[in-house]
Amino acid sequence: MSTSHSRGLSRLMMAPSVGLLLIWMIVPLAMTLWFSFQNYNLLNPANVGFAGLFNYRFFYTDPAFFQSLWNTLAIVGGVLLITVVGGIAIALLIDQEIFGQGIVRIMIISPFFVMPPVAALVWKNMIMHPSYGVLADMARGLGLQPVDWFAQYPLLSIVIIVAWQWLPFATLILLTALQSLDGEQKEAAEMDGAGIVSRFIYLVLPHLARAITVVILIQTIFLLGVYAEILVTTNGGPGYASTNLAFLIYRTALLGYDVGGASAGGIIAVILANIVAFFLMRAVGKNLDR
Amino acid sequence: MARAVSPRRKIAFTLLAWSVALLLFFPILYTLITSIKTEGEAISGFNLIPSFTLENYVEVQTQRDYWKPFSNSVILSLLSTLVALVIAVPAAWAMAFSPTPRTKDILMWMLSTKMMPAVAVLVPIYLLFRDWGLLDTRTGLTFMLTMINLPIVVWMLYTYFREIPGEILEAARMDGAGLWGEIVHVLTPMALPGIASTMLLNIILAWNESFWTIRLTTTNAAPLTAFIASFSSPQGLFWAKLSAASTLAIAPILIMGWFSQKQLVRGLTFGAVK
Repeated sequence: MSTSHSRGLSRLMMAPSVGLLLIWMIVPLAMTLWFSFQNYNLLNPANVGFAGLFNYRFFYTDPAFFQSLWNTLAIVGGVLLITVVGGIAIALLIDQEIFGQGIVRIMIISPFFVMPPVAALVWKNMIMHPSYGVLADMARGLGLQPVDWFAQYPLLSIVIIVAWQWLPFATLILLTALQSLDGEQKEAAEMDGAGIVSRFIYLVLPHLARAITVVILIQTIFLLGVYAEILVTTNGGPGYASTNLAFLIYRTALLGYDVGGASAGGIIAVILANIVAFFLMRAVGKNLDR
Repeated sequence: MARAVSPRRKIAFTLLAWSVALLLFFPILYTLITSIKTEGEAISGFNLIPSFTLENYVEVQTQRDYWKPFSNSVILSLLSTLVALVIAVPAAWAMAFSPTPRTKDILMWMLSTKMMPAVAVLVPIYLLFRDWGLLDTRTGLTFMLTMINLPIVVWMLYTYFREIPGEILEAARMDGAGLWGEIVHVLTPMALPGIASTMLLNIILAWNESFWTIRLTTTNAAPLTAFIASFSSPQGLFWAKLSAASTLAIAPILIMGWFSQKQLVRGLTFGAVK
């Protein structure tokens, strides 16, 4: 099929996608890189000049930077821990024979389809609100002092909301992988007298390894950029207590009008994401060869 | 499973699974219930039995100008999906049916564009949009959503197209079908399910995108994500209305999502888990 004619045609067919993505990738990124070396404030656009590494030093010495870096890692790590462990448990549970499996599945995956602003506002107003929320009602019912979640545990609250959104994703992917596990293999292991724990460790977990890797990597890509959930709940506060890197860059750029500083932060975010992407690409690429 | 499961075990697992499912579904269910409460009921403590009023839905539509963001969401997600498909179908087709040694590299590179964090390009995109008058326009946002999802669309279509056996094309050619006949009678029916699945997932992703839709719009082009996010500051006394607006915002996509579980796994793992 690969005559020179058809090769020319297929190049033509690919050209729009490749071309657009190429421009899409290079132009804004090059601009960010350029701005990151510029002294450029939107409030003072006449006074633009070369700044060297000043923006990077500025970002690096800003105490908010390390706090936001730590918060970013805490959000990614916390959500991954909850979703992977919870996802495995729930996937194992609904893989069993149960009544109403279809409805259970639908209920469990639903949070994934809720748009982030809605998810965050529902949790903020109706679940975690210190006076009107369901959790406060429960605490009062038990004779306890209601927790003011977003004031006392801002970061944990964000982690809970984001984990609620991503748990269905992990569950769904792990369940899909689980269902491709050979039934005969399971039975053979059972007949050989392997207990439930050793079956899980030696049979199920290795089978899920690939799916777990994929879940971790894909979620990390999205979790590094958690934004709307923070915007509508804590707005990054109190102080910088729940500001992640993405939110700090937004704040620097559109609230502080500091184009140079935000761009330097953007480049740091790119480097972070690329470290993760490197591993993800290898995992996906390996699959392509099969 | 061939093995009979003891009824007691089945009941135990059923109870456990339903408890977990109800717990996870609770915030959505409670939003739905609150949306048919009165504002007074909504803040008067935990209560699962509303007074079944539709007042909030009526109010949201009349007072809050709800239909504008709603129609923006519909237009933006459909239009960006269609544009992405028009660009991606030929590319995925070429890569699936006449692969070259470089096809894999191109696919991997496309995927890598998806790894770029949105905030990293917030400043240049914002400035370009400002200078070109694209801020708060549907055109600008459609372009953004198209570009964001294009890699996923190409990838997903590619994994579907790759499963269409090449021999079928040759057989059709032997039977004397012209290129047009080939496309209409052989390729289109075989490719449609894949295209439909891709479309479904892409609409869901575009509908829920909550970074660019919030940052690049104010009123004219603001879809539901931006509309709902604008309710973040005022507190209390409007939760029933907010719940009604939220229910309307998530309902269409929730229902679509229920039908797209398989495609979701495939699309979001780039074919790595099937």
